[in-house]
Amino acid sequence: MLKSGDVPELNKTDLLDFYRQMKLIREFERESERQYTRGNIKGFLHVYNGEEAIAVGSINTLRPDDYVVTHYRDHGQALARGITSSEVMAELMGKATGCSQGKGGSMHLFSSELNFMGGYAIVGGQLTIAAGIGMAIQYRGADQVVLCFFGDGAVNEGEFHEAMNLAAIWKLPVIFFCEHNLYGMGASSKETLVMWDSLHKMADAYGMANYEVDGNDVLAVRGLMRKVNAEVRSGKGPAFIVARTYRLRGHSVADPANYRPETEVEYWTTQDPIPRFQDWLTDEGIATVEDFEEIDAAVNDEVVLAAEFAESSPWPEPAALYHGVYADRPAEGIPT
Amino acid sequence: MPVITYRDAVSTALREALDEDERIFLMGEDIGPYGGAFAVTKGFWEQYGSRRIKDSPLAESVIVGAGVGAAMAGLRPVVELMTINFSLLAMDQIVNHAAKIRYMSGGQFTIPLIIRTVTGAGASVGATHSQSFEGWYASVPGLTVVTPSTPKDVLGLFRTCRDLNDPVLFVEHILLYSTRGETPAPANFRIPIGQAEVRRTGKDITLCGYSRMALVAEQAAAILADEGIAADVIDLRCLRPLDMETVVNSVKKTHRAVMVEETTRLGGFAGELVSQIQEAAFDYLDAPIARVAGEEVPIPYSFPLEQLAIPDARRVAAAARKILNRPA
Ligand SMILES: Cc1ncc(C[n+]2csc(CCOP(=O)(O)OP(=O)(O)O)c2C)c(N)n1
Ligand SMILES: [Mg+2]
Repeated sequence: MLKSGDVPELNKTDLLDFYRQMKLIREFERESERQYTRGNIKGFLHVYNGEEAIAVGSINTLRPDDYVVTHYRDHGQALARGITSSEVMAELMGKATGCSQGKGGSMHLFSSELNFMGGYAIVGGQLTIAAGIGMAIQYRGADQVVLCFFGDGAVNEGEFHEAMNLAAIWKLPVIFFCEHNLYGMGASSKETLVMWDSLHKMADAYGMANYEVDGNDVLAVRGLMRKVNAEVRSGKGPAFIVARTYRLRGHSVADPANYRPETEVEYWTTQDPIPRFQDWLTDEGIATVEDFEEIDAAVNDEVVLAAEFAESSPWPEPAALYHGVYADRPAEGIPT
Repeated sequence: MPVITYRDAVSTALREALDEDERIFLMGEDIGPYGGAFAVTKGFWEQYGSRRIKDSPLAESVIVGAGVGAAMAGLRPVVELMTINFSLLAMDQIVNHAAKIRYMSGGQFTIPLIIRTVTGAGASVGATHSQSFEGWYASVPGLTVVTPSTPKDVLGLFRTCRDLNDPVLFVEHILLYSTRGETPAPANFRIPIGQAEVRRTGKDITLCGYSRMALVAEQAAAILADEGIAADVIDLRCLRPLDMETVVNSVKKTHRAVMVEETTRLGGFAGELVSQIQEAAFDYLDAPIARVAGEEVPIPYSFPLEQLAIPDARRVAAAARKILNRPA
C-alpha cells in the first residue's frame, strides 16, 4: 500500500471522508438487507459489500459535470456520487420520495441533477449508452468524461464488444470500469471467461489503454483513476480499468452463495477494503479509534434516519402509474 | 404541389433536420460515403462531414444504445438500422432502454431519439430480410411507431417526430422508395402523430391498413368501385399512438371492415384492430371483421411463392366481397 507521504494532496479530513463513505455504503447495505427481511424492500436486492473501495475511490475523482453510468449493483455508486441515503433507501422501498420516484427500484437508481445516468439491469446494456454519452461530450467539444461500471459477467455480452470498439475507433471519453468480483451470479468467471485472470488485456484487442488495480484498496483505485481520468479527459480516447475485488455476500440477498470454496471466502474476507483502510490509517498514524467511533456513530445515525424517512414516506399516488411514459403525451389507456 | 419520390422525401426531411437543428446528427451503417443502403443519405457525408454523418461500425446494439446515451446527454440523434430485420440485434436497446429510461427514472431523463428503419416483404431478399416487426414494437409503452406510406406522410410525419422528446421508430417500406407522390410545398407542413388518414371515402365497407398495405387497400378499393362497391380506405400512418377514432367512426358508417397487414395473422397487429373495433362498435357490425394478412410461413425467396405469402389487392377485394355477400 501507499505511504501517507505518497498522497500529499489528501489531508486527514479527506482520508477520513473516504472511510466515512465506504462505511456508509456498508451500513446502508446492512440496513437494506434488514429492510428486505422485514418485507419493506421487494424483488431483487444486490448489495455492494466488499466492493466499496471501487465506488469511493473512483467516483470521488470525478467533476460534478462528469457522468456516471452503472449496473444493477448500484447502491454504492449512487451514494458515492452523492444521492442521499434517504433517497436511495426510499427508492428501494418503492416510495414517491425515492431518487427515481419509486419507479425504478434498487436496480434503476437515477439522478439527472448529479449526472448519475442510471443503474441498468440488463447485463451489458449500459455500455453502449455510455458510449453515446461520450459521443455527446465529443460532439460538443466538451472535456467531461463518462465513468461506466459493469461486472466481469458483462464482458461476455456482445454489447461489451460493440461499445468498446466504437469508443476506441472514435476516441470517446469513456472509462470502462469492470468490477471483477470473480462471479456472475453463481458462475465462476474462471469457468466462463477465458481471460478472467488478465481481463484488462482484452482491451488490447481494441487498442485501448488498460489497467488492473487492487479494487479493495481505495487509495490505489483513486490514484489510478486520477491518472486515467486526466488522460481520457485530454482526448486520448477511452480506457479500460479492471479492479480485482470480491462480492462478500451472495449475488442477491436471495443467494446463500454456497457454491464458493470456503478458503476463497476466507481469503477475501481478510481483504475487506474497510478494515484494510482502517489499518492503514492507524498504521500511518492518521486516525485513532476515537475517530472511527465518531464516524461510525454518525453513519449509523444517518442510515437509521434514511430507513425512517423511507418507511414513513408516502407511496406514489396511483395516478403516477401513468406519469412519465412519454414526455410529449399522456400514456395510452389512462382510465377516463 | 411538387411530385417527389418517397426516397427524396426521406432525404429532404433529414437534410432539413440537419440544417435546422445543430443537436441532430445521423448515425448508421453505410450512411457515409456509400450513401445509405437505400441511397437515402447520398451526398450527405460529403456535405455535412463526419461529425454530423457518423458512419458506424456494423453493430446495431451500439447504434441504438449510443443514440440513447447521446439523447440522454442532450443531443437529438437520428440513427438508422439498415432494415427492421437487423433491429433484433438492437431490440434490447430499443425495448429495455430507449422505451423505459424516462419512466424508470421518474421522468428525469428524456430520450429524443429517432430510429429510422426499413420494413417489408416483396423485394425477393429471402426470409431473413423480408419481415415486418413494426407491430411488435407497437406493443411497447414508451415507444412511438410511425409507418408512412407516401412521400407526403414521410415529410409531414418526420417533421413532427423531429420535435418529439420521446423515442420514435420511423418505419419506411422497402418497396416504396421509388414511388412518387405530391407533397405540399410549405416547409412547415406537418402531420400530427396518431392521426390516421381517410384516403378514400365510401359507404359500403372500411378497408384499413398501414405502410404499403394502405396502398394495397386503396388498389382494392379501386377494384371494388368498378363493381359498384364504395369503400372507405384508412391509412393508420402511426401504430402507437393509434388513431382508433377514425377507424371506429368509419366502421359505424359502413358496418363492415377488412384489416390488411403484411405480417403474419397470428399475433399480428390486425388482431388488435379487430378487437378494438368490436369493443367500440359491436352493435354497428353487420358481419365479422375480416383480416387479410401474411401467410404463416417464413417469406420464401422464389418470386411466385413470395407473392403468395403477402397480401395483394385481389385478395383484399375478395375478402371484402365475402363479408358483403357479393359473388366474385
Ligand atoms: C442480459 C442479461 N442476462 C442475464 C441476466 C441475469 N443476471 C443478472 S446479474 C447476472 C450476473 C452478472 O454478473 P456481473 O456482470 O459479473 O456483475 P456482478 O453481479 O458480479 O456485480 C446475471 C446473469 C440479466 N440481468 N441480463
Ligand atoms: Mg461479477
